Amino acid sequence: MRPLDLLMFSSRAATANRGRSLLMLLAMAIGVFSVILLISLGESARLYVMDQFASLGTNLLIVLPGRSETTGGPPPLLGETPRDLTLEDALALTRSPAIRAICPIVAGSAPVSVPPLERELMVIGATAELYAMRHLTMGQGSFLPPGDPTRGGAVCVLGAKGKSELFGNRQALGQWLRIGQRRFRVIGVLSSTGVSLGEDLGEMIVIPVATAQSLFNTDSLFRIVVEATAPEAIPRAKDSILSIIKARHEGEDDITVITQDAVLATFDRIFKALTLAVAGVAAISLVVAGIMIMNIMLVAVSNRRGEIGLLKALGAPRQQIMRLFLSEAALLSLTGAAAGCLLAYASIRMLSALYPAYLIGLAPWSPVIAVSVALTTGIVFGVLPARRAAKLEPALALSRR
Amino acid sequence: MIHLANVERVFQVGESEVHALRHVTLHVAAGDYLSIMGPSGSGKSTLLHLIGLLDQPDSGTFELDAVAVAGLDESQQARLRREKIGFVFQFFHLVPRLTAAENIELPLMLAGLDLAERRQRVDAAMAAFGLSDRAHHRPDQLSGGQRQRVAIARATIMRPAVILADEPTGNLDRAAGHEVIDILENLNRQGMTLIMVTHDPELGQRARRRIQMIDGRIENDSGAPG
Repeated sequence: MRPLDLLMFSSRAATANRGRSLLMLLAMAIGVFSVILLISLGESARLYVMDQFASLGTNLLIVLPGRSETTGGPPPLLGETPRDLTLEDALALTRSPAIRAICPIVAGSAPVSVPPLERELMVIGATAELYAMRHLTMGQGSFLPPGDPTRGGAVCVLGAKGKSELFGNRQALGQWLRIGQRRFRVIGVLSSTGVSLGEDLGEMIVIPVATAQSLFNTDSLFRIVVEATAPEAIPRAKDSILSIIKARHEGEDDITVITQDAVLATFDRIFKALTLAVAGVAAISLVVAGIMIMNIMLVAVSNRRGEIGLLKALGAPRQQIMRLFLSEAALLSLTGAAAGCLLAYASIRMLSALYPAYLIGLAPWSPVIAVSVALTTGIVFGVLPARRAAKLEPALALSRR
Repeated sequence: MIHLANVERVFQVGESEVHALRHVTLHVAAGDYLSIMGPSGSGKSTLLHLIGLLDQPDSGTFELDAVAVAGLDESQQARLRREKIGFVFQFFHLVPRLTAAENIELPLMLAGLDLAERRQRVDAAMAAFGLSDRAHHRPDQLSGGQRQRVAIARATIMRPAVILADEPTGNLDRAAGHEVIDILENLNRQGMTLIMVTHDPELGQRARRRIQMIDGRIENDSGAPG
């Protein structure tokens, strides 16, 4: 039998019973659709997070008080009582040639009021360096002025959301507000764009680090953000941070330095694992589709006993009968897979049009995987019915009408 | 042409064994015209299926064209069926989704012949059986006689040596039945061996050689040598 004849014969057999074939197509299409969609969403989430990290700034290292053996994890919450990081520690880091800039950070939340309004905002104590390091942009006014970090000042920079909540449409620049019991003058408003890794910059209020320390009545820093001179300098910067702080902390290695690479790698691993897990769940629907195909093909074999007996009487060997039924199953799975691909493609296009910020796109390898899995499923689950057809006793199959 | 010696066929039905064929010995020469008659369950159809290689004997030997069938594997037997044997059934066994022409073409397609030759042979067969104007009709749009003519055209399209007909008129009215018998006898006159199972004594009497079966045995053979 010629391959083209085989194809024609099985496609006509497949289309002869529309209801049955549509059911099979539907099952396969849903399976393939969910695999592609879930893989693509997982992959898009991964890319989104990577992108967010990139927007944190480049060549950054983060120095946290406390020691952690793991890379990229959160600082230890229990166990050791680490020595605090101080402003002097931070300033000492600037001695390293591998470090271009540092930004000591104090963070906490405090009530911010412009009578009669009051809001609880995230208060960040920082220096002028934060602006460049975190790629911030100003809506109005200017950021904290450069200068000696140990000297504070009663000035603040408001996030866009805090500004609109406290001042509404009124001019905020040059106005005074209260953080706790202290008075600050607004010298700038951040532009409204930017959510950075879940931290809404809009709900932030930035004040000089020394002022923040006295506001929260502490000498310690929340963290130090360090910018290396170049990507290649990151390991050197890390080494010198560790040695400088060790020297200052009486020989104790009691800080954790997180490089962006490590954080990125960790998130990358997490998201890849998640994507695989989700794809695995979706693959179960493909298996269900496969079982459905098997079921439907078994029914087709018993409905077409006469035809199978006839083909045998006309001189079709077992193998040929097997091929006919297998190619029917494969044809139906492939068509279903194609429909599923189209459906997934359309939904991804739609999702990415609805949520352009999330960079939703078709994972390039997902259709390949889904279609090959669908085809394999169709053939594997088609084997049993095809074998049953091939093994039918022709005399018996022909004896009934 | 066909040599059966001491052939037995036993079916297992539940606990008991049913002897469908007992010590059947039969020799059929090329070009012969045989009718096999007998009551239901006498083994007529089993014998026909054995000759058509759709079934295997449990013991005894069967040679078709001087080839011992027992020594052939499944695909060689299929090939023999395709090339030497044409089946005609009581219930026609046409594939319902295929047109008359496509049903006739089926054996040529299974044999892998090229399209031009297939078309030519199908056209010739349709013309010979008076079906040219029915080429693109489906079986359910044809009368019983037309369906059986399509089935005969399909059975003979590979120019087999033997035609095996199992109650070919059993599902037809008298006129259509006679028409079908005329066609089959005409094919026999052209040299094809015709073996026909029938209930109808009148039909059976037309054959040159008549075999009567009872209980899996050949009771009476009008053409038995000696």
